[in-house]
Formats: sequence, C-alpha cells, structure tokens
Amino acid sequence: MSDLIEFKHVSFSYHQMEEEAEPIPVLHDVNLSVKKGEFVAVLGHNGSGKSTLAKHINAILQPSEGVVYVDAIDTRDDNMIFEIRQHVGMVFQNPDNQIVATIVEEDVAFALENLGVEPKEIRKRVDAALKGVGMFAYREHAPHQLSGGQKQRVAIAGIIAMNPDCIVLDEPTAMLDPHGRREVLKTIQRLNKEHGTTVILITHFMDEAASADRVVVVDGGKVLMDDVPKAVFLQVERMKEIGLDVPQVTELAYELNKAGVPFAPDVLTVEEFAAEFKRMMEA
Amino acid sequence: MAIIKTEHLTHLYGKGTPFEKAAIHDVNLEIEEGELVGVIGHTGSGKSTLIQHLNGLLKPTSGHIYIDGTDIFENTQILQKTRFKVGLVFQYPEYQLFEETVEKDIAFGPKNLGFTEEQINEAVSHAMECVGLSDKFRKKSPFELSGGQKRRVAIAGVIAMRPKVLILDEPTAGLDPKGRDTILNLISDYHRAEKNTVLLVSHSMEDVAKYCSKVLVMNQGSVFSYGTVAETFSRADEIEQIGLSVPQVTRLFSLLSKEGFEAGEEVYTIARAKEILLQKFLQKGGTNDVI
Repeated sequence: MSDLIEFKHVSFSYHQMEEEAEPIPVLHDVNLSVKKGEFVAVLGHNGSGKSTLAKHINAILQPSEGVVYVDAIDTRDDNMIFEIRQHVGMVFQNPDNQIVATIVEEDVAFALENLGVEPKEIRKRVDAALKGVGMFAYREHAPHQLSGGQKQRVAIAGIIAMNPDCIVLDEPTAMLDPHGRREVLKTIQRLNKEHGTTVILITHFMDEAASADRVVVVDGGKVLMDDVPKAVFLQVERMKEIGLDVPQVTELAYELNKAGVPFAPDVLTVEEFAAEFKRMMEA
Repeated sequence: MAIIKTEHLTHLYGKGTPFEKAAIHDVNLEIEEGELVGVIGHTGSGKSTLIQHLNGLLKPTSGHIYIDGTDIFENTQILQKTRFKVGLVFQYPEYQLFEETVEKDIAFGPKNLGFTEEQINEAVSHAMECVGLSDKFRKKSPFELSGGQKRRVAIAGVIAMRPKVLILDEPTAGLDPKGRDTILNLISDYHRAEKNTVLLVSHSMEDVAKYCSKVLVMNQGSVFSYGTVAETFSRADEIEQIGLSVPQVTRLFSLLSKEGFEAGEEVYTIARAKEILLQKFLQKGGTNDVI
C-alpha cells in the first residue's frame, strides 16, 4: 500500500493581526504518513494542535515549514487546491454549520452541482451517498427535521458524493447524544471497511479511537505516540498525564496490575477483559 | 420537604395544530434538598423541556411545579423570585457572555437582583472562587479566554446569584477529558461546600456514576426512573434498550455475571470494580498462588 498522505517535518504558526507581534507556533516538526484504506484516530486535548493538523490535509492551511503531500501532490501548490479537495473531504463538529440547502438531497448534491457534474450522474451519486449513510429514506426531508446524528450523516453523504479517497472528521460526534454517536461511528466504519475510504478521525472519545487501525496522539503540536490502539492505551499513566482518557476496562486492568495481579494490561473491550478474567480464573 | 416537586406536569408543543406533540407527559417528581442529581435521556426525551419548567422559562400545559413548597406560577412575583432561586446554565453558556470584563459579566445577575456594591463584589469573588478563577481574571475580557475558562465564567455568573438550586445543561459538551474533569470536580466541590441542590444534565453515564447521588432517567417525555445510582444501574439492560449507555465497567460485570461470576451488587465505578476483583483474585490466590 502506498502513502496517501504524508507530512514531512511540518511546522505551522498562526500569524497575529498586529504585524510586530510574534507568530504563535502550533505544530512542530510533524512527521506522519497515512496509507490508503487506513483508519487513523487522532487524539489530543483542546489546543494540542490536532485540528490544525487536520486542516493541513486538505490545504485549508499550508505548512510554514516542511511539506504535506496528498496523493503525491504538494499542498503548497495553489493551482492544485481543487484537485486536493476532491481527494480529501472534511466533516466538522457542528452539523448545523455544514448544511446549506433546505432539502436533504439538494444539500448532498450541492458540491457536485458546483463541480459541473452531469445531472444524471449527480442523481446516481447522491442516491448512492445517501444509501451509504443510511439516510436515503430521508432524502426529501428538510434538514431541521432531523436529529443531530442524522444531520451529521447527511454532511458525510455530501462528502462521499464527491468520491474522495480520504475523509477527515474533526470531532464529528462531540455534539451528539450516545445514540447519534453510534450511528455516525458505524457509518464511518462501514465506509472504511466496505468502500476502502481512508478515514482520519479526530475525537475525544476513547472508545471511538479504540476501534481504529492506528492511534496518533498529538500534544503540544508534536506527534507524541503513533501506534496500534492497544500499544497506545497501554500507557495509562502517560495518557492521563497529557489529559487524555483510556477505556474503563483498560484502566481497571492497569489498576489490577498495580495491585500485583498479573492481568494482561492490553485489554480494550469488555469482551477482551472477560476473556482474560476467565483465563486467569481457570489457570 | 422536597425542594423540587412536580405534579402531573405536561407540556405540549404546537397545541391545537396538526404538529401537536407532548414533549413531557404527566411528570411527577420529588427531589430532596441537597442532592446532586444526574439527568439522563437521549435527544428528544424531554429533559431540556423539563428543566426549563423548573425555573419558569416554560409554562406547563397542565400540572404544577413547586419549588420549596410554593407553586412557581401562583403569581408573577413568585415567578420572578424563582428565576433567581433556580439558576439555569444552558448548553454552551460561553456564547452568552457579553460584558467587557469577567468581573462585570459575573456581576450582571447580582446587580439585577438589587445587591449593594459590597454584596456584588462579594458575590463575584465567591463565584469566581467556586469555579477556580483567580483574581487576575477579574479585569480580563471574557473573549480572550480559552473555551473552558469562558464556560467557567458563564457558570460563575449563575452561581453569583446564590441560587438554592443549580441546573446545568450538559456543562461538559465539547470539552476534552481534562476540561471535563475540571468542570465536574468544580461542580462537585461547589455542591459539597454549599450543600444546595444541583441538577446535572449529561450524556455520560460514567460521569453520572462518578459524581451524582441520584439519577433521573427520562424516556419519551416521561420519567423512566428516579433513584440512587445503584438502583438505576440495577436496570442496566432496560437502560440500554431505551438507547442509553451504561458505564463500561457496568457492562463488564453484567457480562461476567452471564458467565457465572456474581459480584453481588451493581458495579459502576472503576474503584469498586477493582476492590471486588482483587478480593476474588485473593481468594483464588490462597490455593493457586496467582498473586
């Protein structure tokens, strides 16, 4: 598998309004690569730089130093911005800020219309996208009649109608209730598994990150950890130090270890914990 | 005597139109003074409609609300007093900040209550202390603070009115784990120090299990259950059926019990889970040297 996205020694600073003011550094020497078809979760507390990092992936921001490649295109090339944005779609936190039309299917068709896609092709892609997120039955509804989770799925449909290789989601479930969260997460996972879409999911929810192929932890504008979920969550102390959580069963396994019980520390789910418990009881 | 009591409280939206819908239906509740109550329910379960009745922002279609034994809709004087007695912090309250300085923003409520300068000053100091903001924030513009700090200023603005009941609608929405713990610890400390009643609307069963003494579960406009945390989680399966989640450790113990290990109680915190499992391993260790 080739790298779809590549960060090479990327640093970024925000410039302040006053000219003499020092720029505020956000990212420091970030190196990161994401392969086609991967599901990568990005964790970090507020202000860690994870959203700034995400905005580099579809050239909303360009690096102050270093290079970002999207499918081997340098994001600093202004002529290629539209090309890059067709490779990478972004979904943001607040569903209400992302919906522009008054009917669900018109909203999903919005970008395609702007791209000048044939009407017949638009129809086909909009229907497929809405089916992909399980919102086809609502295609003629007004967005305000939908729940938060449903609106967020419509926003995702608007992105996948453009057939991107990669979707970047910046805390897409932060404003949703548990039911809405589950709907959105399932949709993302299905896109990744069934359509091979590369997913980069920025989240504060550790259970969402636990289901990813890889977890990248960002702190102070640097990549602190980059590994499979088990290896990252195993470091309970370190995660807590930087203000992040681990799944409750992982913390419980860690606590048992601290008390001297040789319990396997790398359990992430209830099922894994129960299996390990059974093994110990039968040992 | 219950500080909050509702009798057959019902609220219909769009009454008399084809879109008529009961947001809450026949809610009968009695909440004792001094409780820290977690309010849980999925979107559309009626929890926001319910809390907006408790300080008279919404008027019931039928039924009554009693705060401290008084029907809050008896007359407008009582209603007005209720608004100060029951402080309501909305979702994303930081969007409601408007003053030039933190101090002025927090003072807005007490000022409107007719406090003297000295009283206002004291109320602001007290409220800032409650939310962990030091004096150096007083003269700062609320708009140059971080999201978590702004939210604390907004909460302080309600605390400054010294309400007997404090209601917070999802105070941790959108915060990272550290910001979430900071706010919840502050609320918990405030509750312990003031010994007044706090209602906390949350989507997180983990947080409710960790911080609250009682849990109110709303479902489809009605009260599904109201009781202690242990009583609530003894119905874990039913709670999952109505689309809510229970803490991961609670799910773990219900799975373990299906496989033959009985804890003999509802487990909903990591600390308790650890104690129970350690004991289990110790018992076994006596014969098998596991530990």
